[in-house]
Amino acid sequence: MDAATRTRKDIENIERQIAHLESVPGADLKTKEQLYELHRQIESLRTQFDLSSAWQKTELARHPQRPYFLDYVERLFSGWSEMHGDRRFADDPALLCGMARFHGQEVMLLGTQKGRDAKQRVQRNFGMANPEGYRKALRAMKLAEKFKRPIITFIDIPGAYPGLGAEERGQGEAIALNLREMARLRVPTIAIIIGEGGSGGALAIAVADRVLMLENAIYSVISPEGCASIMWRDATKKEVAAQAMKITATDLQNLKCIDGIVPEPDGGAHADIDSAAAMVDEVLHHNLKELMSLPADHLLESRYNKFRNIAQFFTES
Amino acid sequence: MTWFKRESSELDSSGEKRVRTEGLWEKCEGCRQIIWKKDLDANLNVCPKCQHHFRVDARTRLATLLDNSEWEETETNLSSTDPLKFVDTKAYKDRLIKAQKETEICDAIINAEGVLDGKPVIASAMEYRFIGGSMGAVVGEAITRAIERSIEKRKPLIIISASGGARMMEGVGSLMQMAKISAALAKLDDAGLPYLSVLTDPTTGGVTASYAMLGDLNIAEPGALIGFAGPRVIEQTIRQKLPEGFQRSEFLLEHGMLDAVVHRKDLKSYLSRALSFMAA
Ligand SMILES: [Zn+2]
Repeated sequence: MDAATRTRKDIENIERQIAHLESVPGADLKTKEQLYELHRQIESLRTQFDLSSAWQKTELARHPQRPYFLDYVERLFSGWSEMHGDRRFADDPALLCGMARFHGQEVMLLGTQKGRDAKQRVQRNFGMANPEGYRKALRAMKLAEKFKRPIITFIDIPGAYPGLGAEERGQGEAIALNLREMARLRVPTIAIIIGEGGSGGALAIAVADRVLMLENAIYSVISPEGCASIMWRDATKKEVAAQAMKITATDLQNLKCIDGIVPEPDGGAHADIDSAAAMVDEVLHHNLKELMSLPADHLLESRYNKFRNIAQFFTES
Repeated sequence: MTWFKRESSELDSSGEKRVRTEGLWEKCEGCRQIIWKKDLDANLNVCPKCQHHFRVDARTRLATLLDNSEWEETETNLSSTDPLKFVDTKAYKDRLIKAQKETEICDAIINAEGVLDGKPVIASAMEYRFIGGSMGAVVGEAITRAIERSIEKRKPLIIISASGGARMMEGVGSLMQMAKISAALAKLDDAGLPYLSVLTDPTTGGVTASYAMLGDLNIAEPGALIGFAGPRVIEQTIRQKLPEGFQRSEFLLEHGMLDAVVHRKDLKSYLSRALSFMAA
Protein backbone atom coordinates (compact mmCIF):
# COMPACT_ATOMS: atom_id res chain seq x y z
CA MET A 1 0.00 0.00 0.00
CA ASP A 2 1.44 3.38 -0.96
CA ALA A 3 1.47 6.43 1.30
CA ALA A 4 -1.51 8.10 -0.34
CA THR A 5 -3.70 5.01 -0.09
CA ARG A 6 -2.72 4.52 3.55
CA THR A 7 -3.58 8.12 4.35
CA ARG A 8 -6.91 7.77 2.57
CA LYS A 9 -7.71 4.66 4.63
CA ASP A 10 -6.84 6.54 7.84
CA ILE A 11 -9.12 9.40 6.82
CA GLU A 12 -11.99 6.97 6.15
CA ASN A 13 -11.40 5.36 9.53
CA ILE A 14 -11.65 8.64 11.40
CA GLU A 15 -14.67 9.68 9.36
CA ARG A 16 -16.43 6.53 10.59
CA GLN A 17 -15.51 7.26 14.22
CA ILE A 18 -16.80 10.81 13.90
CA ALA A 19 -20.04 9.64 12.32
CA HIS A 20 -20.49 7.13 15.12
CA LEU A 21 -19.86 9.65 17.93
CA GLU A 22 -22.11 12.25 16.31
CA SER A 23 -24.96 9.74 15.92
CA VAL A 24 -25.22 9.33 19.71
CA PRO A 25 -27.64 11.96 21.06
CA GLY A 26 -26.73 14.25 23.98
CA ALA A 27 -22.96 14.15 23.77
CA ASP A 28 -21.15 14.83 27.05
CA LEU A 29 -18.07 17.01 27.44
CA LYS A 30 -15.69 14.09 27.03
CA THR A 31 -17.28 13.07 23.72
CA LYS A 32 -17.11 16.65 22.50
CA GLU A 33 -13.40 16.80 23.29
CA GLN A 34 -12.91 13.50 21.54
CA LEU A 35 -14.77 14.81 18.47
CA TYR A 36 -12.69 17.97 18.45
CA GLU A 37 -9.51 15.91 18.51
CA LEU A 38 -10.72 13.67 15.67
CA HIS A 39 -11.59 16.68 13.53
CA ARG A 40 -8.13 18.09 14.13
CA GLN A 41 -6.54 14.79 13.11
CA ILE A 42 -8.61 14.50 9.97
CA GLU A 43 -7.69 18.01 8.85
CA SER A 44 -3.99 17.31 9.15
CA LEU A 45 -4.40 13.98 7.34
CA ARG A 46 -6.31 15.66 4.52
CA THR A 47 -3.49 18.16 4.03
CA GLN A 48 -1.02 15.27 4.02
CA PHE A 49 -3.17 13.39 1.50
CA ASP A 50 -3.32 16.38 -0.82
CA LEU A 51 0.43 16.74 -0.65
CA SER A 52 1.15 13.12 -1.38
CA SER A 53 -1.38 13.06 -4.18
CA ALA A 54 -0.07 16.11 -6.09
CA TRP A 55 3.48 14.88 -5.79
CA GLN A 56 2.50 11.27 -6.37
CA LYS A 57 0.90 12.30 -9.65
CA THR A 58 4.01 14.27 -10.59
CA GLU A 59 6.05 11.12 -10.12
CA LEU A 60 3.55 9.05 -12.10
CA ALA A 61 3.55 11.65 -14.88
CA ARG A 62 7.35 11.32 -15.02
CA HIS A 63 7.48 7.56 -14.51
CA PRO A 64 10.30 6.10 -16.64
CA GLN A 65 8.00 3.32 -17.87
CA ARG A 66 5.13 5.67 -18.70
CA PRO A 67 3.88 5.35 -22.29
CA TYR A 68 5.30 8.08 -24.51
CA PHE A 69 3.98 9.61 -27.72
CA LEU A 70 5.34 6.89 -30.03
CA ASP A 71 3.78 4.16 -27.85
CA TYR A 72 0.40 5.67 -28.64
CA VAL A 73 1.25 6.16 -32.30
CA GLU A 74 2.02 2.46 -32.58
CA ARG A 75 -1.25 1.44 -30.96
CA LEU A 76 -3.78 3.99 -32.22
CA PHE A 77 -2.66 5.15 -35.63
CA SER A 78 -1.76 3.67 -38.99
CA GLY A 79 0.28 5.03 -41.87
CA TRP A 80 2.48 7.16 -39.60
CA SER A 81 4.84 9.10 -41.86
CA GLU A 82 7.08 11.49 -40.10
CA MET A 83 7.91 14.86 -41.63
CA HIS A 84 11.14 16.47 -40.53
CA GLY A 85 12.62 19.90 -40.13
CA ASP A 86 11.55 23.51 -39.82
CA ARG A 87 13.03 24.57 -43.19
CA ARG A 88 15.01 27.19 -41.26
CA PHE A 89 17.63 25.60 -39.08
CA ALA A 90 17.27 21.96 -38.08
CA ASP A 91 15.09 19.00 -37.28
CA ASP A 92 14.09 18.74 -33.64
CA PRO A 93 14.03 15.11 -32.43
CA ALA A 94 12.14 16.17 -29.27
CA LEU A 95 9.00 17.25 -31.13
CA LEU A 96 7.73 14.98 -33.88
CA CYS A 97 5.23 15.73 -36.63
CA GLY A 98 3.73 13.46 -39.21
CA MET A 99 0.80 12.26 -41.24
CA ALA A 100 -1.25 9.42 -39.82
CA ARG A 101 -4.63 7.73 -40.04
CA PHE A 102 -6.97 7.50 -37.11
CA HIS A 103 -9.98 5.22 -37.58
CA GLY A 104 -9.56 5.75 -41.31
CA GLN A 105 -9.37 9.54 -41.02
CA GLU A 106 -6.25 11.39 -42.25
CA VAL A 107 -4.86 13.46 -39.36
CA MET A 108 -1.78 15.57 -38.67
CA LEU A 109 -0.11 14.17 -35.61
CA LEU A 110 2.28 16.08 -33.35
CA GLY A 111 3.96 14.95 -30.18
CA THR A 112 6.84 15.59 -27.87
CA GLN A 113 8.93 12.49 -27.35
CA LYS A 114 11.10 11.45 -24.40
CA GLY A 115 13.73 8.76 -24.68
CA ARG A 116 13.44 5.38 -22.99
CA ASP A 117 17.12 4.67 -22.28
CA ALA A 118 20.10 6.94 -21.56
CA LYS A 119 21.17 7.19 -25.19
CA GLN A 120 17.65 7.92 -26.45
CA ARG A 121 17.07 10.43 -23.71
CA VAL A 122 20.06 12.46 -24.83
CA GLN A 123 19.08 12.11 -28.50
CA ARG A 124 15.55 13.36 -27.67
CA ASN A 125 16.95 16.12 -25.44
CA PHE A 126 14.85 14.72 -22.55
CA GLY A 127 11.75 15.66 -24.50
CA MET A 128 12.51 19.38 -24.33
CA ALA A 129 11.81 21.10 -27.63
CA ASN A 130 13.94 23.81 -29.22
CA PRO A 131 12.58 26.70 -31.33
CA GLU A 132 12.94 24.63 -34.50
CA GLY A 133 10.60 22.05 -32.96
CA TYR A 134 7.91 24.67 -32.50
CA ARG A 135 8.54 26.06 -35.98
CA LYS A 136 8.27 22.57 -37.47
CA ALA A 137 5.03 22.12 -35.51
CA LEU A 138 3.60 25.30 -36.98
CA ARG A 139 4.63 24.28 -40.47
CA ALA A 140 2.90 20.91 -39.98
CA MET A 141 -0.24 22.54 -38.61
CA LYS A 142 -0.42 24.98 -41.53
CA LEU A 143 -0.04 22.04 -43.89
CA ALA A 144 -2.94 20.30 -42.16
CA GLU A 145 -5.02 23.47 -42.48
CA LYS A 146 -4.28 23.74 -46.19
CA PHE A 147 -5.53 20.21 -46.80
CA LYS A 148 -8.35 20.43 -44.24
CA ARG A 149 -7.05 17.69 -41.96
CA PRO A 150 -7.65 17.72 -38.22
CA ILE A 151 -4.70 18.02 -35.85
CA ILE A 152 -3.97 15.95 -32.76
CA THR A 153 -1.10 16.87 -30.45
CA PHE A 154 0.37 14.64 -27.72
CA ILE A 155 2.13 16.53 -24.96
CA ASP A 156 4.72 15.22 -22.53
CA ILE A 157 7.37 17.86 -21.97
CA PRO A 158 9.20 19.04 -18.84
CA GLY A 159 9.42 22.47 -20.50
CA ALA A 160 10.73 24.20 -23.61
CA TYR A 161 14.51 23.77 -23.62
CA PRO A 162 16.23 26.53 -21.63
CA GLY A 163 19.51 26.47 -23.55
CA LEU A 164 21.89 28.96 -25.05
CA GLY A 165 21.09 28.08 -28.66
CA ALA A 166 17.36 28.04 -27.93
CA GLU A 167 17.59 31.63 -26.73
CA GLU A 168 19.73 32.68 -29.69
CA ARG A 169 17.20 31.26 -32.10
CA GLY A 170 14.19 32.83 -30.38
CA GLN A 171 12.50 30.27 -28.15
CA GLY A 172 10.08 32.95 -26.93
CA GLU A 173 9.13 34.08 -30.41
CA ALA A 174 8.65 30.51 -31.63
CA ILE A 175 6.24 29.70 -28.80
CA ALA A 176 4.43 33.03 -29.10
CA LEU A 177 3.79 32.59 -32.79
CA ASN A 178 2.29 29.13 -32.26
CA LEU A 179 -0.10 30.47 -29.62
CA ARG A 180 -1.40 33.12 -31.99
CA GLU A 181 -1.59 30.88 -35.04
CA MET A 182 -3.21 27.92 -33.29
CA ALA A 183 -5.99 30.25 -32.19
CA ARG A 184 -7.02 30.76 -35.80
CA LEU A 185 -6.39 27.40 -37.49
CA ARG A 186 -9.44 26.55 -39.58
CA VAL A 187 -9.38 22.82 -38.75
CA PRO A 188 -10.33 20.82 -35.64
CA THR A 189 -7.57 20.59 -33.04
CA ILE A 190 -7.22 18.28 -30.04
CA ALA A 191 -4.39 18.43 -27.51
CA ILE A 192 -3.84 15.65 -25.01
CA ILE A 193 -1.41 15.89 -22.14
CA ILE A 194 -0.14 12.36 -21.54
CA GLY A 195 2.61 13.09 -19.02
CA GLU A 196 4.13 16.44 -18.16
CA GLY A 197 2.50 19.63 -19.42
CA GLY A 198 5.48 21.89 -18.83
CA SER A 199 4.48 25.53 -19.08
CA GLY A 200 4.81 27.53 -22.33
CA GLY A 201 6.60 24.61 -23.93
CA ALA A 202 3.38 22.59 -23.61
CA LEU A 203 0.96 25.44 -24.32
CA ALA A 204 2.73 26.10 -27.65
CA ILE A 205 0.98 23.01 -29.05
CA ALA A 206 -2.09 23.11 -26.78
CA VAL A 207 -4.23 26.05 -27.92
CA ALA A 208 -6.83 23.57 -29.13
CA ASP A 209 -10.58 23.03 -29.46
CA ARG A 210 -10.29 20.24 -26.91
CA VAL A 211 -7.58 20.10 -24.28
CA LEU A 212 -7.54 16.74 -22.51
CA MET A 213 -5.40 15.35 -19.73
CA LEU A 214 -4.64 11.83 -18.67
CA GLU A 215 -5.70 11.11 -15.11
CA ASN A 216 -2.12 11.15 -13.80
CA ALA A 217 -0.75 13.87 -16.04
CA ILE A 218 0.23 17.30 -14.72
CA TYR A 219 0.00 20.74 -16.30
CA SER A 220 1.71 23.70 -14.72
CA VAL A 221 3.17 27.15 -15.24
CA ILE A 222 6.54 26.02 -13.83
CA SER A 223 7.90 22.72 -12.52
CA PRO A 224 7.33 22.06 -8.80
CA GLU A 225 11.13 22.16 -8.34
CA GLY A 226 11.38 25.52 -10.13
CA CYS A 227 8.51 26.98 -8.14
CA ALA A 228 10.00 25.72 -4.86
CA SER A 229 13.42 27.22 -5.54
CA ILE A 230 11.97 30.59 -6.57
CA MET A 231 9.10 31.00 -4.11
CA TRP A 232 10.49 29.09 -1.13
CA ARG A 233 14.15 29.48 -2.08
CA ASP A 234 14.39 25.78 -1.30
CA ALA A 235 14.15 23.11 -4.04
CA THR A 236 13.30 20.45 -1.46
CA LYS A 237 9.90 22.10 -1.01
CA LYS A 238 8.84 20.61 -4.35
CA GLU A 239 6.01 18.56 -2.82
CA VAL A 240 4.51 21.61 -1.16
CA ALA A 241 4.92 23.60 -4.38
CA ALA A 242 3.26 20.83 -6.43
CA GLN A 243 0.29 20.94 -4.07
CA ALA A 244 0.10 24.75 -3.92
CA MET A 245 0.16 25.26 -7.69
CA LYS A 246 -2.79 22.92 -8.37
CA ILE A 247 -1.32 20.92 -11.23
CA THR A 248 -3.27 17.65 -11.35
CA ALA A 249 -5.91 16.81 -13.94
CA THR A 250 -8.64 17.17 -11.31
CA ASP A 251 -7.28 20.58 -10.30
CA LEU A 252 -7.21 21.75 -13.91
CA GLN A 253 -10.75 20.46 -14.41
CA ASN A 254 -11.93 22.34 -11.30
CA LEU A 255 -10.20 25.50 -12.54
CA LYS A 256 -11.95 24.98 -15.90
CA CYS A 257 -8.62 25.12 -17.74
CA ILE A 258 -9.10 21.78 -19.55
CA ASP A 259 -12.01 20.10 -21.32
CA GLY A 260 -11.75 16.57 -20.05
CA ILE A 261 -9.86 13.83 -18.20
CA VAL A 262 -8.94 10.46 -19.71
CA PRO A 263 -8.94 7.68 -17.09
CA GLU A 264 -5.88 5.47 -16.66
CA PRO A 265 -5.68 1.80 -15.62
CA ASP A 266 -5.13 1.06 -11.91
CA GLY A 267 -1.61 1.97 -10.87
CA GLY A 268 -1.15 4.33 -13.81
CA ALA A 269 -0.77 4.14 -17.58
CA HIS A 270 2.55 2.27 -17.39
CA ALA A 271 0.91 -0.62 -15.54
CA ASP A 272 -1.04 -1.58 -18.66
CA ILE A 273 -0.07 0.38 -21.74
CA ASP A 274 -2.56 -1.33 -24.05
CA SER A 275 -5.50 -0.48 -21.80
CA ALA A 276 -4.23 3.07 -21.36
CA ALA A 277 -4.02 3.43 -25.14
CA ALA A 278 -7.51 2.00 -25.56
CA MET A 279 -8.91 4.63 -23.18
CA VAL A 280 -7.13 7.39 -25.08
CA ASP A 281 -8.43 5.97 -28.34
CA GLU A 282 -12.02 6.08 -27.20
CA VAL A 283 -11.87 9.65 -25.93
CA LEU A 284 -9.97 10.95 -28.97
CA HIS A 285 -12.33 9.26 -31.38
CA HIS A 286 -15.38 10.66 -29.65
CA ASN A 287 -14.00 14.20 -29.56
CA LEU A 288 -12.75 14.12 -33.11
CA LYS A 289 -16.12 12.96 -34.47
CA GLU A 290 -17.82 15.75 -32.59
CA LEU A 291 -15.43 18.45 -33.82
CA MET A 292 -15.47 17.25 -37.42
CA SER A 293 -19.22 17.68 -37.58
CA LEU A 294 -18.85 21.42 -36.92
CA PRO A 295 -18.29 24.08 -39.59
CA ALA A 296 -14.92 25.89 -39.44
CA ASP A 297 -16.45 29.25 -38.47
CA HIS A 298 -18.22 27.65 -35.57
CA LEU A 299 -15.02 25.90 -34.45
CA LEU A 300 -13.06 29.13 -34.53
CA GLU A 301 -15.69 31.03 -32.63
CA SER A 302 -16.00 28.47 -29.84
CA ARG A 303 -12.24 28.08 -29.61
CA TYR A 304 -11.86 31.83 -29.32
CA ASN A 305 -14.59 32.14 -26.72
CA LYS A 306 -13.09 29.34 -24.66
CA PHE A 307 -9.68 30.99 -24.43
CA ARG A 308 -11.14 34.50 -24.15
CA ASN A 309 -13.02 33.44 -21.03
CA ILE A 310 -10.50 31.05 -19.53
CA ALA A 311 -9.02 31.59 -16.04
CA GLN A 312 -10.98 34.77 -15.29
CA PHE A 313 -9.62 34.99 -11.78
CA PHE A 314 -10.37 38.64 -11.10
CA THR A 315 -13.05 40.83 -9.61
CA GLU A 316 -14.20 44.15 -10.93
CA SER A 317 -15.19 46.70 -8.33
CA MET B 1 -12.57 55.49 -16.92
CA THR B 2 -10.41 58.04 -15.18
CA TRP B 3 -8.58 60.96 -16.68
CA PHE B 4 -4.92 61.09 -15.90
CA LYS B 5 -2.62 64.00 -16.47
CA ARG B 6 0.94 64.05 -15.30
CA GLU B 7 1.70 67.70 -14.51
CA SER B 8 5.31 68.73 -14.65
CA SER B 9 5.02 69.64 -10.97
CA GLU B 10 3.94 66.06 -10.35
CA LEU B 11 7.08 64.82 -11.99
CA ASP B 12 9.01 66.98 -9.55
CA SER B 13 7.07 65.76 -6.56
CA SER B 14 7.60 62.10 -7.50
CA GLY B 15 11.23 62.98 -7.95
CA GLU B 16 11.27 64.44 -4.48
CA LYS B 17 9.63 61.32 -3.09
CA ARG B 18 12.53 59.30 -4.48
CA VAL B 19 14.91 61.93 -3.13
CA ARG B 20 13.57 61.34 0.34
CA THR B 21 13.97 57.59 0.19
CA GLU B 22 17.07 57.25 -1.91
CA GLY B 23 18.86 60.55 -1.52
CA LEU B 24 19.90 63.14 -4.05
CA TRP B 25 22.24 60.81 -5.86
CA GLU B 26 21.91 57.50 -7.57
CA LYS B 27 24.55 55.00 -8.55
CA CYS B 28 24.51 53.96 -12.20
CA GLU B 29 24.61 50.21 -12.79
CA GLY B 30 26.16 50.85 -16.18
CA CYS B 31 29.21 52.93 -15.34
CA ARG B 32 29.21 52.69 -11.52
CA GLN B 33 29.33 56.46 -11.34
CA ILE B 34 27.23 58.57 -9.04
CA ILE B 35 24.60 60.57 -10.89
CA TRP B 36 22.73 63.57 -9.59
CA LYS B 37 19.06 62.51 -9.43
CA LYS B 38 17.85 65.73 -11.05
CA ASP B 39 20.15 65.17 -14.04
CA LEU B 40 18.78 61.66 -14.38
CA ASP B 41 15.15 62.86 -14.31
CA ALA B 42 15.90 65.58 -16.82
CA ASN B 43 17.45 62.94 -19.09
CA LEU B 44 14.44 60.52 -19.16
CA ASN B 45 16.16 58.38 -16.52
CA VAL B 46 19.02 57.57 -18.84
CA CYS B 47 22.54 57.94 -17.44
CA PRO B 48 24.03 61.10 -19.02
CA LYS B 49 27.49 59.53 -18.78
CA CYS B 50 27.08 56.01 -20.19
CA GLN B 51 23.50 55.98 -21.60
CA HIS B 52 22.45 53.16 -19.27
CA HIS B 53 18.64 53.06 -19.31
CA PHE B 54 17.24 53.03 -15.77
CA ARG B 55 13.92 51.25 -15.24
CA VAL B 56 10.96 53.60 -15.11
CA ASP B 57 7.47 53.06 -13.71
CA ALA B 58 4.43 52.67 -15.97
CA ARG B 59 3.10 56.21 -15.56
CA THR B 60 6.49 57.81 -16.16
CA ARG B 61 6.72 55.70 -19.29
CA LEU B 62 3.32 56.79 -20.56
CA ALA B 63 4.14 60.41 -19.76
CA THR B 64 7.19 60.30 -22.01
CA LEU B 65 5.27 58.75 -24.91
CA LEU B 66 1.86 60.38 -24.91
CA ASP B 67 1.21 63.98 -25.98
CA ASN B 68 0.94 66.54 -23.17
CA SER B 69 1.63 63.67 -20.74
CA GLU B 70 -2.08 63.01 -20.54
CA TRP B 71 -4.33 60.04 -21.13
CA GLU B 72 -7.45 58.28 -19.97
CA GLU B 73 -6.96 55.22 -17.79
CA THR B 74 -9.23 52.19 -18.13
CA GLU B 75 -9.52 48.88 -16.28
CA THR B 76 -8.44 50.61 -13.09
CA ASN B 77 -10.63 48.43 -10.89
CA LEU B 78 -9.63 44.85 -11.67
CA SER B 79 -8.22 42.82 -8.83
CA SER B 80 -6.95 39.22 -8.48
CA THR B 81 -9.18 36.76 -6.62
CA ASP B 82 -6.19 34.68 -5.49
CA PRO B 83 -7.76 31.56 -7.07
CA LEU B 84 -5.35 29.07 -5.48
CA LYS B 85 -5.27 30.73 -2.04
CA PHE B 86 -1.55 30.59 -2.63
CA VAL B 87 0.85 30.79 0.30
CA ASP B 88 4.61 30.39 0.04
CA THR B 89 6.83 32.15 2.54
CA LYS B 90 4.11 34.82 2.45
CA ALA B 91 0.45 34.78 1.48
CA TYR B 92 -0.15 35.94 -2.11
CA LYS B 93 -3.10 37.96 -0.80
CA ASP B 94 -0.70 39.96 1.39
CA ARG B 95 1.76 40.41 -1.45
CA LEU B 96 -1.06 41.89 -3.53
CA ILE B 97 -2.13 44.31 -0.83
CA LYS B 98 1.46 45.45 -0.29
CA ALA B 99 2.06 45.95 -4.02
CA GLN B 100 -1.22 47.84 -4.43
CA LYS B 101 -0.25 50.14 -1.60
CA GLU B 102 3.25 50.76 -2.88
CA THR B 103 2.34 51.35 -6.52
CA GLU B 104 -1.16 52.79 -6.06
CA ILE B 105 -2.44 50.67 -8.95
CA CYS B 106 -4.53 47.49 -8.87
CA ASP B 107 -2.09 45.22 -10.68
CA ALA B 108 1.01 45.19 -12.86
CA ILE B 109 -0.56 47.07 -15.77
CA ILE B 110 -1.92 50.47 -16.76
CA ASN B 111 -4.25 50.70 -19.74
CA ALA B 112 -4.27 54.12 -21.36
CA GLU B 113 -6.04 55.83 -24.20
CA GLY B 114 -4.16 58.83 -25.48
CA VAL B 115 -2.47 60.52 -28.39
CA LEU B 116 1.06 59.87 -29.66
CA ASP B 117 2.44 62.60 -31.86
CA GLY B 118 -1.07 63.56 -32.94
CA LYS B 119 -2.12 59.93 -33.52
CA PRO B 120 -4.76 58.39 -31.25
CA VAL B 121 -3.50 55.15 -29.67
CA ILE B 122 -4.36 52.48 -27.13
CA ALA B 123 -1.38 51.86 -24.86
CA SER B 124 -0.77 49.26 -22.14
CA ALA B 125 2.25 49.79 -19.92
CA MET B 126 3.43 47.10 -17.51
CA GLU B 127 4.50 48.02 -14.00
CA TYR B 128 7.61 46.13 -12.94
CA ARG B 129 7.37 47.34 -9.34
CA PHE B 130 4.14 45.34 -8.97
CA ILE B 131 5.34 41.78 -8.10
CA GLY B 132 8.02 41.92 -10.78
CA GLY B 133 5.53 42.93 -13.45
CA SER B 134 4.25 39.37 -13.40
CA MET B 135 1.30 38.39 -15.56
CA GLY B 136 -1.75 36.93 -13.84
CA ALA B 137 -5.45 37.05 -14.62
CA VAL B 138 -5.70 40.83 -14.17
CA VAL B 139 -2.86 41.62 -16.57
CA GLY B 140 -4.31 39.07 -19.00
CA GLU B 141 -7.76 40.59 -18.89
CA ALA B 142 -6.53 44.19 -19.05
CA ILE B 143 -4.37 43.55 -22.10
CA THR B 144 -7.13 41.57 -23.80
CA ARG B 145 -9.53 44.47 -23.23
CA ALA B 146 -6.96 46.90 -24.60
CA ILE B 147 -6.76 44.74 -27.75
CA GLU B 148 -10.55 44.63 -27.99
CA ARG B 149 -10.76 48.40 -27.56
CA SER B 150 -8.15 48.80 -30.25
CA ILE B 151 -10.27 46.73 -32.65
CA GLU B 152 -13.51 48.42 -31.65
CA LYS B 153 -12.17 51.98 -32.05
CA ARG B 154 -9.80 51.10 -34.90
CA LYS B 155 -6.83 52.59 -33.06
CA PRO B 156 -3.26 51.21 -33.08
CA LEU B 157 -2.08 49.24 -30.06
CA ILE B 158 1.18 49.76 -28.18
CA ILE B 159 2.21 47.42 -25.36
CA ILE B 160 5.22 48.33 -23.25
CA SER B 161 6.48 45.20 -21.50
CA ALA B 162 8.47 45.04 -18.27
CA SER B 163 7.94 41.67 -16.69
CA GLY B 164 9.53 38.62 -15.15
CA GLY B 165 6.87 36.45 -16.83
CA ALA B 166 3.84 34.53 -15.65
CA ARG B 167 2.67 34.98 -12.05
CA MET B 168 3.41 31.67 -10.36
CA MET B 169 1.02 32.38 -7.49
CA GLU B 170 -1.89 32.06 -9.91
CA GLY B 171 -0.59 28.73 -11.20
CA VAL B 172 -1.76 27.42 -14.54
CA GLY B 173 -4.27 30.27 -14.75
CA SER B 174 -1.39 32.64 -15.44
CA LEU B 175 -0.18 30.33 -18.21
CA MET B 176 -3.64 30.49 -19.79
CA GLN B 177 -3.35 34.29 -20.07
CA MET B 178 -0.67 33.73 -22.72
CA ALA B 179 -3.17 31.84 -24.88
CA LYS B 180 -5.94 34.32 -24.19
CA ILE B 181 -3.89 37.39 -25.16
CA SER B 182 -2.33 35.71 -28.19
CA ALA B 183 -5.78 34.65 -29.46
CA ALA B 184 -6.96 38.26 -29.13
CA LEU B 185 -3.85 39.42 -31.00
CA ALA B 186 -4.81 37.10 -33.87
CA LYS B 187 -8.08 39.06 -34.11
CA LEU B 188 -6.20 42.36 -34.06
CA ASP B 189 -3.98 41.06 -36.84
CA ASP B 190 -7.04 39.92 -38.85
CA ALA B 191 -8.48 43.42 -38.39
CA GLY B 192 -5.34 44.84 -40.03
CA LEU B 193 -4.51 47.13 -37.14
CA PRO B 194 -0.97 48.03 -36.03
CA TYR B 195 0.51 46.50 -32.91
CA LEU B 196 3.84 47.86 -31.71
CA SER B 197 5.55 45.88 -28.98
CA VAL B 198 8.09 47.74 -26.86
CA LEU B 199 10.35 45.52 -24.76
CA THR B 200 12.03 47.13 -21.78
CA ASP B 201 14.27 45.80 -19.03
CA PRO B 202 13.40 43.06 -18.16
CA THR B 203 11.05 41.13 -20.47
CA THR B 204 11.26 37.39 -19.84
CA GLY B 205 9.33 34.13 -19.51
CA GLY B 206 5.70 33.92 -20.53
CA VAL B 207 5.53 37.55 -21.59
CA THR B 208 8.35 37.06 -24.11
CA ALA B 209 6.74 33.78 -25.16
CA SER B 210 3.47 35.52 -26.00
CA TYR B 211 2.53 39.14 -26.70
CA ALA B 212 5.95 40.81 -26.35
CA MET B 213 7.24 38.91 -29.39
CA LEU B 214 4.06 39.23 -31.46
CA GLY B 215 4.28 42.89 -32.48
CA ASP B 216 4.12 43.93 -36.11
CA LEU B 217 7.35 45.48 -34.92
CA ASN B 218 9.24 44.39 -31.82
CA ILE B 219 11.27 47.31 -30.50
CA ALA B 220 13.54 47.23 -27.48
CA GLU B 221 15.35 49.76 -25.33
CA PRO B 222 19.15 49.43 -25.22
CA GLY B 223 20.59 46.94 -22.74
CA ALA B 224 17.27 45.37 -21.77
CA LEU B 225 17.29 41.75 -20.58
CA ILE B 226 15.02 39.87 -22.99
CA GLY B 227 14.61 36.12 -23.08
CA PHE B 228 12.43 33.10 -22.57
CA ALA B 229 14.35 31.30 -19.83
CA GLY B 230 16.05 33.22 -17.04
CA PRO B 231 19.87 33.46 -17.18
CA ARG B 232 20.28 31.44 -13.98
CA VAL B 233 18.12 28.59 -15.28
CA ILE B 234 20.17 28.48 -18.47
CA GLU B 235 23.45 28.47 -16.54
CA GLN B 236 22.20 25.56 -14.44
CA THR B 237 21.12 23.68 -17.57
CA ILE B 238 24.28 24.12 -19.61
CA ARG B 239 26.59 24.19 -16.57
CA GLN B 240 28.65 27.09 -17.79
CA LYS B 241 28.74 30.84 -17.43
CA LEU B 242 26.84 32.83 -20.02
CA PRO B 243 28.77 35.11 -22.35
CA GLU B 244 28.80 38.85 -21.67
CA GLY B 245 25.77 40.60 -23.14
CA PHE B 246 23.81 37.36 -23.58
CA GLN B 247 20.02 38.00 -23.77
CA ARG B 248 20.50 41.76 -23.96
CA SER B 249 18.70 43.81 -26.62
CA GLU B 250 21.80 44.14 -28.79
CA PHE B 251 22.32 40.37 -28.69
CA LEU B 252 18.74 39.78 -29.84
CA LEU B 253 19.09 42.38 -32.59
CA GLU B 254 22.21 40.66 -33.82
CA HIS B 255 20.39 37.31 -33.90
CA GLY B 256 17.49 38.73 -35.87
CA MET B 257 14.94 38.68 -33.07
CA LEU B 258 14.19 42.41 -32.89
CA ASP B 259 13.27 45.03 -35.46
CA ALA B 260 15.16 47.78 -33.70
CA VAL B 261 16.92 48.83 -30.53
CA VAL B 262 15.96 52.43 -29.88
CA HIS B 263 17.28 54.93 -27.34
CA ARG B 264 14.61 56.20 -24.97
CA LYS B 265 14.90 59.73 -26.28
CA ASP B 266 14.10 58.49 -29.82
CA LEU B 267 11.42 55.98 -28.90
CA LYS B 268 8.43 58.27 -29.37
CA SER B 269 9.55 59.43 -32.81
CA TYR B 270 10.30 55.84 -33.86
CA LEU B 271 6.82 54.71 -32.81
CA SER B 272 5.27 57.72 -34.54
CA ARG B 273 7.20 56.93 -37.73
CA ALA B 274 5.99 53.32 -37.67
CA LEU B 275 2.39 54.39 -37.12
CA SER B 276 2.60 56.73 -40.12
CA PHE B 277 3.72 53.79 -42.23
CA MET B 278 0.95 51.56 -40.94
CA ALA B 279 -1.94 54.03 -41.01
CA ALA B 280 -4.34 53.42 -43.88
ZN1 LIG C 1 26.14 55.34 -16.29
